[in-house]
Amino acid sequence: MIPGAFEYLRPKTLSDAIAMLATHGDEARPLAGGHSLIPMMKQRLASPSHLVDLAAIADLAVLREEPDGLVIGAMVTQRALLGSALVQVKAPLLIEAAQQIADPQIRALGTLGGNVANGDPGNDMPAVMMCLDATYMVQGPKGARQIKAREFYRGAYDTALAAGEIVTAIQVPVVAGQGVAYEKLKRKVGDYAVAAAAVALTLRSGEVTSCAIGLTNVAPTPLWAKDAAALLVGTRLEADAVKKAVAAAEAITDPAADGRGPADYRRKMAGIMLARALARAQQRAA
Amino acid sequence: MNDMTPTREAREARLEGMGCKRKRVEDVRFTQGRGTYVDDIKLPAMLYGDMVRSSYAHARIRKIDTSKAEKVPGVVAVITAETLKTVNLAWMPTLAGDVQMVLADGKVLFQNQEIAFVVATSLQAAADGVELVEADYEELPVIVDPFKAMAADAPVLREDLAGKTEGAHGKRDHHNHIFKWQVGDKSLTDEAFNRAEVKIDELLSYHRTHPSPLETCQCLASFDKIKGELTLWGTFQAPHVIRTVVSLISKLPEHKIHVIAPDVGGGFGNKVGAYAGYVCAVVASIVTGRPVKWVEDRMENLSTTSFARDYHMRTEIAATRDGKVTGLRVHILADHGAFDACADPSKWPAGFSNIITGSYDFPVAHLCVDGVYTNKAPGGVAYRCSFRVTEAAYAIERGMDILAQKLGMDPAELRLKNFIRREQFPYQSALGWEYDSGDYATALNKAMAAVDYAGLRAEQKTRREAFKRGETRSIMGIGVCFFTEIVGAGPSKNCDILGLAMFDSCEIRIHPTGSAIARVGTKSTGQGHETTWAQIIASEIGIAASDIMVEEGNTDTAPYGLGTYGSRSTPVAGAAIAMAARKIRAKAQMIAAWLLEVHEDDLTFDIDRFQVKGVPERFKTMTDIAWVAYHAPPPGMEPGLEAVSYYDPPNMTYPFGAYICVMDIDVDTGVAKTRRFYALDDCGTRINPMIIEGQVHGGLTEAFAISMGQEIRYDDMGNVMGASFMDFFLPTAVETPHWETGHTVTPSPHHPIGAKGVGESPNVGGVPAFSNAVNDAFSFLGSTHIQMPHDAWRLWKAAEKLGVTG
Repeated sequence: MIPGAFEYLRPKTLSDAIAMLATHGDEARPLAGGHSLIPMMKQRLASPSHLVDLAAIADLAVLREEPDGLVIGAMVTQRALLGSALVQVKAPLLIEAAQQIADPQIRALGTLGGNVANGDPGNDMPAVMMCLDATYMVQGPKGARQIKAREFYRGAYDTALAAGEIVTAIQVPVVAGQGVAYEKLKRKVGDYAVAAAAVALTLRSGEVTSCAIGLTNVAPTPLWAKDAAALLVGTRLEADAVKKAVAAAEAITDPAADGRGPADYRRKMAGIMLARALARAQQRAA
Repeated sequence: MNDMTPTREAREARLEGMGCKRKRVEDVRFTQGRGTYVDDIKLPAMLYGDMVRSSYAHARIRKIDTSKAEKVPGVVAVITAETLKTVNLAWMPTLAGDVQMVLADGKVLFQNQEIAFVVATSLQAAADGVELVEADYEELPVIVDPFKAMAADAPVLREDLAGKTEGAHGKRDHHNHIFKWQVGDKSLTDEAFNRAEVKIDELLSYHRTHPSPLETCQCLASFDKIKGELTLWGTFQAPHVIRTVVSLISKLPEHKIHVIAPDVGGGFGNKVGAYAGYVCAVVASIVTGRPVKWVEDRMENLSTTSFARDYHMRTEIAATRDGKVTGLRVHILADHGAFDACADPSKWPAGFSNIITGSYDFPVAHLCVDGVYTNKAPGGVAYRCSFRVTEAAYAIERGMDILAQKLGMDPAELRLKNFIRREQFPYQSALGWEYDSGDYATALNKAMAAVDYAGLRAEQKTRREAFKRGETRSIMGIGVCFFTEIVGAGPSKNCDILGLAMFDSCEIRIHPTGSAIARVGTKSTGQGHETTWAQIIASEIGIAASDIMVEEGNTDTAPYGLGTYGSRSTPVAGAAIAMAARKIRAKAQMIAAWLLEVHEDDLTFDIDRFQVKGVPERFKTMTDIAWVAYHAPPPGMEPGLEAVSYYDPPNMTYPFGAYICVMDIDVDTGVAKTRRFYALDDCGTRINPMIIEGQVHGGLTEAFAISMGQEIRYDDMGNVMGASFMDFFLPTAVETPHWETGHTVTPSPHHPIGAKGVGESPNVGGVPAFSNAVNDAFSFLGSTHIQMPHDAWRLWKAAEKLGVTG
């Protein structure tokens, strides 16, 4: 459990960080909260020669509301998120998800950017971001660009980020009257999900006018359950409609068998979590 | 007397003797981060050792190339089996009479087996060296399932045993067979089954798990070439035994070996045995002439240093139609992994598993245990239980519930009907033990009253009906367990370890000013001996517990003891402490009589003093007496006030308890929630009720973990799965149920203070209580037995099989 030798770099500006990552290429890794990368280094599953710590870059710690929604810097920690009155009011789903990430010690260091950017299917925020249709602000040697969360994840630890690019901020749309819920089944505090479901929906006179669903840890990537959500628009979330949506969501899962259970169990649990999240989101929708 | 004379109550309170909820004195340093654990010790020029481990579960090793590792800056030496052969230490004896590779010699037999030991000037350099040691493997077929180990065509695991048909415990029937151990009358038992009106027959598996102390196994070896002396600090539950073993295998004379167990962060059986890391650190220190430290990481601890359980118990009970048990027949398949490194008393290859008749009056019984080798890590330690007692308790307590279900009887009623009655003690069990004392019906009735058992059963009936009507997706289970432990190993007539009788010891020295130091042969790994041993002495000789220093773990200063495991400290060392104290009190009485100018028989002992019978104002306190013992003892009497006692117990002690667990299970997710858990323990005389309660809470938390998900799992290739705290279920305060405790007191008749030991009872009784609750929840759906561990996915699978998932 001793990592190999590495050089530790601590740039103060984003441009310096990008330059350092470009200089050292594949051998360098950006370091945010470190709670995915450092355990891998300790097991020598990752042996970067250079760690570029993003902690000193003030621009990455912003948290403000803009016309297009909330803008949350990549280095905002889960704990900072949980303490933000703005997020509580404008994006309560993030609060609900952050509360279920790991434990207080990890949340004190773990960042939103690290959680969404490293492509670990066990992380909770990616499915939440897909559900909320968030956009990732990305900066790299070739400049800035934006990538939709729903288009970001390609495989386990494989994302749309190009070499040398980092996520700098996340833009989360704010939707009035939205009912949201994140249901996570886990073995114990601190564990990744057996299965989890994020739901955001709006109702008019009890009828679903919009619905989005994200699923955590039931496939090599987080899942945006687009078809399942579409089946619910126009319904009043009657048992039958929910059953159809659950079946559609289960159909796109491809869970791994591990200590959390065999694949068939985790697929079913994705469905159960979705049904429970839908029920809670329905109650909360204005 | 004047107004300044303290009252008897005040004197008793100051004493903090037995029965007092004295706060743990060791916690003053532990809660401030001032404990001294092995890894806190740093010596000048110290080197660090790190293990190279096998990627495969079964493979021949063609070659180990250490040349690249040796070139890493900071690496001082790389030790392999070839190095160890030069000092005849490539293999070492196990406590169970087998031999075990220290470093892989020609082949590996389990994943993560030790292959080479890299010694370097820093942890980093050692780890860099480990990465560069290259082993060339030829994979061999793997056995992980003990049921396949004895197939005719099963691969040969232990080539070193080729042609050996006799093992340490008799005849071996197969190349992967270790021993067959039988006890009881087979023909009478078979007859009882032939005549039986009702029978049950169920395979009850107790899965492989691990004691997982928070501090992993570690040591620091320092060999002084000039003096020819070895000092070995380590996480040892039995430091004296380690000293003797080191002397026997290293050929160093025992007086030149100093074994020291400093503060130890939990043991639970994991720290009884001797491990490859210890041998390698010692050899490396001898080879390099420098101190060498070896510290396991979490994965190494979970995947290589002794596991627990892995017992597969075919359990049969014969009974009459009205619920009287008439016979017990059990066959156990015991998976010992690659080497038989069980930490049991030497003549007990299956521990005390013949306690399997439990709390019930079985007229006849027969037990047969077959031990087998598989490609899994060696071990088989008593994880917070006496030797194999928790496995036995699980089999009988699940068995009784299965029988109750078959008879249509309430499981508590079945137990009450078959208990060994109070007047039957001392009771000779059908499998050879003499139970010392018990009052089982009183204990179970008290537990049932505490939880309103009848009310719970009525509620369960209502809820089951509601479930059948589709009004709820939750099922309710009530788990009853009544266990009898056998602890305090042990009487020399029964037990030894490598020929050493399993006594324990205490030396007490009273200082001239009336305070004292007591040294004991046990070693606390969290039990609070510094607190409780002083309480025993306080009550026995009248010196306040706060004036008594307790010291353990240094083999140069402590009298020889067999250590702390199997709940033996209180039954064995606790008795030695009382007996040593009584020697001191006897001498103190002589001094007091001389001072008060009366006959010894005219004195009575009262809390902290001897006083003249009927004249309480004429007295001498222990402080007065201590001073006189060193200042001007009676003519003809040796000065000083100290005593040593070695105690060979006449019998084991038999703590017992009644546990009731109430659980609700969501059939849609398989998630089980413990609504209530009540634990009544009878450990005889209670030394410190607060520590007992803490022990019970801790043991129940482990029992909860084991029954509800804690597991060392292997895939078919022998890869150990989830050997980290991400997957290995160590519950946090969030998952852990709330514990309610109660007690009855039935003292041990043969123990000087009547105490029986308690630390392991909750693990022994807790596991069947949880499992019975789970099984009881499902029983109305037609289920007889669901194997542990009862984690959510397995319970969901059980529900699915019964057709009740959504």
